Amino acid sequence: MTLLPLCEWLAGTSGSIALRESLFTYPLVESAHVLTLCVFLGTAVMLDLRLLGLTLVRVPMSEIERRLGPWMVAGFVVMVITGVLLFYAIPVRSYQSIFFRAKVVTLVLAGLNAFVFHSTIDRRIAEWDRDPVPPRAARRAGARSLVLWAIIVVAGRMIAYNWFDCDKQPQRPIVNALAGCVVRSR
Amino acid sequence: MWPRPFFQWAEATTLGEMIRTSPWAFAVIESFHLLALSVIGGAVLIVDLRLLGFGLRKQPIADLARDARPWLIGSLIVMVVTGVGLFLSEPMKCYNSTPFAVKMTCLALAIVFTFTVRTKVTMADEGRVRPPWLKLVALVSLALWFGVGAGGRWIGFSK
Repeated sequence: MTLLPLCEWLAGTSGSIALRESLFTYPLVESAHVLTLCVFLGTAVMLDLRLLGLTLVRVPMSEIERRLGPWMVAGFVVMVITGVLLFYAIPVRSYQSIFFRAKVVTLVLAGLNAFVFHSTIDRRIAEWDRDPVPPRAARRAGARSLVLWAIIVVAGRMIAYNWFDCDKQPQRPIVNALAGCVVRSR
Repeated sequence: MWPRPFFQWAEATTLGEMIRTSPWAFAVIESFHLLALSVIGGAVLIVDLRLLGFGLRKQPIADLARDARPWLIGSLIVMVVTGVGLFLSEPMKCYNSTPFAVKMTCLALAIVFTFTVRTKVTMADEGRVRPPWLKLVALVSLALWFGVGAGGRWIGFSK
């Protein structure tokens, strides 16, 4: 199964073309995507560092979740909207970018990590709410989150580089396979 | 506005030359620049939100400011070191760039403001500074850092 035809169709829609060829809209969307990183990941990092017992140790974890959670979620919504728009502007190249693919996979893993955290150790938050250093399962979730989001940020930035682009052949077979390049044989 | 010889000297540095000619150095340095951006964003926001009456508003301002401080300073150091690397790779582009000028102006103001007025206000005894002033300090801080970030992003868009 390949989503390439869908991406090719998307690239031909008038909205995609308008965004791609816009003088200011695309840079503005990208700026919003990068700067909202401060709101979304900034609060997420503080939350993760609290889980690791590295900052805000006197603040109960539940208070941090309750008071910073909404800012994190709001930031995440903006990240997703602007991120979808960036993909919409350049669908085919993004779809065939190994960095974009790595980013999507890591996003899923980060989501899973958050889900597992909320449905396990976070359920028993009353037991460790005020502990300066939360239990091991919570610390692990925080550490995993930091690593995964760091990978997501770096992979996202690397999408801009064309080192492994499909239209830049020859590439190694592994690159073509991972990027889903359609290479015509000579 | 800027002393041109300084940019010409920067352009000729060995380090700048290395970053410029390496296929991946700029990308790697910029990645660390972005990662530190996330941390500094959190460290600044957690205090400024509190000053505005949002976020962890039950906590004493001074406590939050003290907790955020090492992360603020640590990430700022990473931002500046990686930023110097990025600058050295394209000084003449920066010389002609309005966003770069905006960014550097905001950065200087942000650093001075953060470590003078903002530190003084956040470390003051609870209740000594009235809420409208706390809010003003937060808004100035946010505006200056936004100028740094937006200017930085726009360096890459301008020719």
